[in-house]
Amino acid sequence: MQREPFDAAAEAATLTLGRSDIGAVVTFTGICRGVEGDEPIAALTLEHYPGMAESEIERHVAEAADRWPLLGVTVIHRHGRITPGEDIVLVVTASSHREAAFAAAEFLMDYLKTHAPFWKKVEKSGSKAWVDAKATDHAAAERWTASRKRETAE
Amino acid sequence: MSVRLRYFAWVRERIGKPEEVIETPSGIQTVSELMAWLASRGEEYAYAFENPHVIRAAIDHRHVRSDAAIKGAGEIAFFPPMTGG
Repeated sequence: MQREPFDAAAEAATLTLGRSDIGAVVTFTGICRGVEGDEPIAALTLEHYPGMAESEIERHVAEAADRWPLLGVTVIHRHGRITPGEDIVLVVTASSHREAAFAAAEFLMDYLKTHAPFWKKVEKSGSKAWVDAKATDHAAAERWTASRKRETAE
Repeated sequence: MSVRLRYFAWVRERIGKPEEVIETPSGIQTVSELMAWLASRGEEYAYAFENPHVIRAAIDHRHVRSDAAIKGAGEIAFFPPMTGG
C-alpha cells in the first residue's frame, strides 16, 4: 500500500533474483485511463481502508498460494490522487510454469477489484463522482469461487 | 459496550465524518439492525443508509453479511461496493 509510483520491472526482477527454479513471471499493471466513456478524466482519487486493505490482500495472496504452486507474489496498490497514464496497481506472480502464474495473477486482480477496500473517485472537468462497481467485475470474481466449490466437491 | 464505526467513500461524505465511537444500543444485534438504527439518527445518516442493501460492512477488518452479529465487535465499517484494482 503506497502513494508513490512503483517500478514494475524492478519488482519482477526482485522476485526472481538469484533463483533458477522460477520458469514464469506474470506482471500485471493497472493504469489510470484518460477517458471514461466519451469523457476525458482529469484524475482518479483512490480512498482505502488502512489495515483492512492490507489484510484483504494478504488473505487473497494466501489463497492464491494455496490454489497454485507459486514461487513468489508481489502486490502493490497505490492510493491518493492518480492522473491518467500513471500506474494504479501491480500484481506479479512467479511459478515454475506459466499456467499457475497467469491464473494466480488473474485471480488476484479479480479479487482486488471486488473485495479489497478501495474506492475510486473520478475527476472530470469541474465535477467529481464516485465510480460505480461493475457487475462484470463481480462476475469475474465469482467464477473463481464457483471453480473452488467444484474442486472442493470433487 | 462501545464500538468504533468507520465510514468510507460516499457513506463517509454523506454522514460528514470518517469515524465515531458509539455505545451500542440495547436490542441491536446484527449489522442490518445497526444500519436501521443509524439511519434514524438524523438526516445525514438517513441519506447515507437510504439504500441499506447496497452498503457493505466489515467487522474488525473482515467482510461480513448484513445478518452478521455485532456482539464483540471492536470496529464496524460501512462502505459502498469496492472499486479498487
